[in-house]
Formats: sequence, structure tokens, C-alpha cells
Amino acid sequence: MTSALVPHEAEVVGRRDETPDMFSLQLRFTDPEVQAAYRFTMGQFNMLYLPGMGEVPISIVSDPDERAMIDHTIRKVGSVTRNLGRLEVGDRLGLRGPYGRGWPTEEAEGTDLVIVTGGLGCAPSVSLIEYVLHRRGRYGRMHIIQGVKHSNDLIWRDRYAAWRRHPDVEVYLTADTGDTFWPWHTGPVTQFFERIDFDSARCSVFICGPEGMMRAVIKAMREREVPEERIWLSMERNMHCAIGSCGRCQLGPKFVCRDGPVFTCRELAPYLSHRGV
Amino acid sequence: MKVRHFLARERLQSLIDRLVEAGYEVIGPRVRDHAILFEPLATVEQLPVGIIDDQAPGHYRLERTDSGRIFDWATGPQAIKPLTFAPRETLWRSERQPDGRLVFREQPPEAQPTAVIGVRACDLAALAVHDRHFLHDAHPDPHYRERRQNLFLVAVNCMRSAATCFCTATGDGPRAQHGFDLALSELDDGFVVEAHTQEGQAILDTLETTLASHDQLEQVEAGVERATRQQTRGLPEGSLPEMLQAAVAHPHWQSLNDRCLTCGNCTAVCPTCFCQTHLDELSLDGKTSEHGRQWGSCFDPDHSYIHGTVIRAERPQRYRQWLTHKFGTWVEQYGRSGCVGCGRCIAWCPVGIDVTEELEALSKAPDGENPP
Repeated sequence: MTSALVPHEAEVVGRRDETPDMFSLQLRFTDPEVQAAYRFTMGQFNMLYLPGMGEVPISIVSDPDERAMIDHTIRKVGSVTRNLGRLEVGDRLGLRGPYGRGWPTEEAEGTDLVIVTGGLGCAPSVSLIEYVLHRRGRYGRMHIIQGVKHSNDLIWRDRYAAWRRHPDVEVYLTADTGDTFWPWHTGPVTQFFERIDFDSARCSVFICGPEGMMRAVIKAMREREVPEERIWLSMERNMHCAIGSCGRCQLGPKFVCRDGPVFTCRELAPYLSHRGV
Repeated sequence: MKVRHFLARERLQSLIDRLVEAGYEVIGPRVRDHAILFEPLATVEQLPVGIIDDQAPGHYRLERTDSGRIFDWATGPQAIKPLTFAPRETLWRSERQPDGRLVFREQPPEAQPTAVIGVRACDLAALAVHDRHFLHDAHPDPHYRERRQNLFLVAVNCMRSAATCFCTATGDGPRAQHGFDLALSELDDGFVVEAHTQEGQAILDTLETTLASHDQLEQVEAGVERATRQQTRGLPEGSLPEMLQAAVAHPHWQSLNDRCLTCGNCTAVCPTCFCQTHLDELSLDGKTSEHGRQWGSCFDPDHSYIHGTVIRAERPQRYRQWLTHKFGTWVEQYGRSGCVGCGRCIAWCPVGIDVTEELEALSKAPDGENPP
């Protein structure tokens, strides 16, 4: 038996810089059989490996129907991600996955969507939005709410502008601190919840970002009487194995890598109420 | 009821010999560095005759007595965890080819048949917990499985408890209940032996034994009863998962800030702690890289590091993480608590933090507040 922990070789087939410290890598397994057998769902992640550096968990941002390559958007924060940023087309690295439980894209069909994102360009939610727009008829109204610390942190501004032009899509952008030319809102993401128009009884709320923001959004959604099982959270924790063995991502009775990274609020609410859990 | 035999003390060497003849490397308790450790064992003379352990919070000392018994110590710093969950091991290697390609080679799991003499009830309970974690999942761990399948376990029922023991409170001892091949109960002149597996019976059949007498069986009962009575530590009444969930913001956690060194000794000696750190080491020529894992600890700030932030940056948060997982959310994950009552974390904590006392304090309403 081959251990689930051993990567396969993959090749960089495309790369683009998103911002000075963010980039995207399109990867393909060099073994065509491995590539052909590879399937994933929205919100799952892969482990990317560089020799002598180690592995990092990275969300998959391509569309599940795209079978020729697997796309990842990565921020340069540590030694592995900084060196992944130096890869060029044709370079080889290790890849294993997909892991975890992603967004409930089927369960959300026929409902209004509220997608709330905080922090620096949260790739998992951006790919989720693109996924929905490519299957627009299956979903109800879509509200996209993105909060950033500072207006300079907002990447992919053109995408937000393009999303806004779709029917039944509303985009709300807000920054804790906006500069002079910030045309949108300032303040927390929760400021929009009273006015946005969605069916509390038939909606799916997807939250991705810092846990402080998650707590605030969950509170606001409870006030709008959204059931806890209709609120999903994409969690982040340190991960080394990605298969529920190394223990590092344990959160309450869950391992984020195996049982998540997407959870319902009902599953996790008791463990999100305090910092440092 | 199992037939129980009596093996005279002077025949104990034959147990070691039969195990060696059956192809096992024999491991047993030996005194090394002033502690009882599980080490390779060839002769009964290497066993800790007359040695007992004096244990207390932050305290472990061996003492020599006039007794001829060899299993009157309660626990050493190790359970049998290192024999199944290696402290450090290579999982796979990557090799960079001259043309830039990467080749991955799995490190095949390796283990030789190993017989361990002197395994305690708490250690067996912990092993069952690890079996659940490492084997009963979508991705069974091949390295753990290989070593586990090669184990032959000779349990010893405890006739004496250390002051740190509380296995009666967790329901795991002092009598070995499951998961062993042979069990020994030590009397002054020999051992009552019972087999629990076919492999154990096969070894027992090769030993020169007599049927255990009624009197000998009564001495065993009395010994186990004595070990039970010697235990003074316990756990708070009621559901610990519910208590700990309710106590998430209890002011008592803050007191750990002045006591806990976050050294991770408790997680190293805990027989059920399974956390790992995976690491990658590049060879000097830069061509090959070894990817391995070693024991990790939730007391290490790096354990909860994500992109520039440590989630549990403060000491009390890390202690809370350990205690609430071990006694609380562990139950939902594995169907039982992660504590088997061995008391090692109490003895080997350099500042003597006692989990049973911490749980007691957390189960009480904070000072000045009424109970909920």
C-alpha cells in the first residue's frame, strides 16, 4: 500500500502574479493517469511540496470541470510559499490531494447565497463565486460582501466590478480604513446585513476570513434568523499531514483537514466563541 | 473462565527464552538513568528486582527494597508508545534528477516481531486509543500498523500503585482488561499466568507451569485490590466534556500562566498523545530530501501557527488546548477520554502541575460566583 502521505510529481504549466505578494500557479500531475483520475470539489485543498522546504496546504481555485490543470492562488508568507513564488513554467514540485470537505455547492442549489469574505483576497470564496456564475441558473440571488483592513488590500478589483454587472448579484465592499479614492464603504462587513435582500429561510451563507469576523457575521445572521445549519465556515489551522493524523488542526471534536475545512456553524459554534481555541 | 497457571519465579527465564525462540526481540523493564525504561532484555537478572517508584507531582525516584519482586514499580516515563509510534521516522524521500524531475520514494514500513514484558493496564488502554487513531480511519498508518502487528504483549497486573496513579478513576486498571497476549500477576514465589490470545496460549503451552491454586488466585485478587485502594487521586464527578466546555473562560486558566512552562513533557510522556511535526531535511548535495515526522506537542507555539499568526500564543491557551482535548472533545472523536489514568504527566511535569487538581479547580464555580 502506498502511504497517503507521499506526493506525486507535478509540473507548473502556468503562473501569473496577482499582486506583489500573491501569485497563482497552474499545476498538472506529470503522470497522465494520476491527472486523469484527479477529482475535487469546491473548497477542497492540496498539499504542495518543495524539496528541502516542506509542504503547505493550499486551496484549489480552479473549476472542478477543468480537467487539464489545477489552479492555486498563494500568498507569500513563509519559506515554502515564498519559494513556490519563484517557480516558473516547467518546474517540478510535489502535489497530493485533494483533501477535506469543501463548500456544499449541491446543497446550496435553489437558495439565495450570501458570501462573506474578510481579509486579503480570500481565494476560496472568489473561486466559489466564479463557480456559481458559471452555473447561474441553479442558484438564487447572490450577495457578495468583502471586507478588507485597508483599501489597498483589495485585489482583483476588476472582478468585483464584473460580478456586479450580473443580474441578481450584489457586491458590497468595505474597508476598515479607506483612502481618499476608496469609492465604497468603510466599517465592518456586518453593516450590510440589515439591508441586503435574501430569504432567511432559504439561503446559504458562506463565510471565509478571520475568526473575529466570523463571530460577528454569525451573530448578525442569527439576528436575521438564519438557521445555524445554513451557515458554512471555511476554517484555517496549521496542517502537516492533511489526513487527520498529525493532530495539528484539531478544533474541538474536529480535524479541520479531514472533517473540514468547510463546516456548518452548528458543528463549530461552541468552539468559536473564544479566542485561542 | 480462563484457565490460570502458575509459573514459579525460578522459571521466568524460560518465558524470555521461549519468546526468543519464537522469533521475538524481547523488551522488558530495566533501570537506566534512574528510571524504569523498556529496553532489550536477555536475562531475568536484568529486571528491576526489589525496585519501587516514589512518584508525586514533579517527582520520580526509584527506591530499592528487600522485596524479591520485579514488577512492584508502577510506571516508568515511557509507556510502550515509542514501540508503535516512533519518536522520529522517515516517511518518504524526494530525489531531484539531473533534468529537474522529482522522484518520490516511499520509506517502506519496517518492524521485527517484538515481545514486551511488563505492559500495564493503562498502557494497553492507551494502545487501544492509538489503534483507533492510527488504524481505524480512511488512511490507516502503514508504519504504525507494521509495528503494531508485530507486537506480542505480556501484561502485568498492578499489585502496587504509585501516588500519581488514578487508573481506577478512568476505568482502565489496575488489572489488564484487553489487548494482551499473556498476563502475569506477581506473587512472592512466582506468577499467575493467563493467555488471552492463541499466540499467548502457544507460548504458555511451552512453559512448565502448574494450575494456579485457589490461594494463589486469592492473593492476586488481594494484590489488585490493594493497588486499587492505594489510589487517592480521582476525577471530578459528571461529564468532563460538558464541564470543560462550560469552563472555556474560567479564570483558573490564567493561573497556568504563572506555572506552566509549556515544555511539552506532559505530551511526551502521555501514552495517548499522537501529535506530530512533519519535517523535510535536504541532503548536503541538495539532491535528495528526507520527509519525516517526529512527536509534536500542542505546547509548541508552532503547533498552531498559520500564515504569520500563532492562534494559541498564550501559555494558558496552550494548556487549555491540551486539557480540553484530552478530557473533553477527545470523547466525541474517539468514543472515550484520552486519559488512561497513568499519572505520568503529573510526575514528569517539572513544576508539578497535577491534571486531577486542575480539573477539580475548573469544575468549581470561580471564586465569588454561584455555581451554574
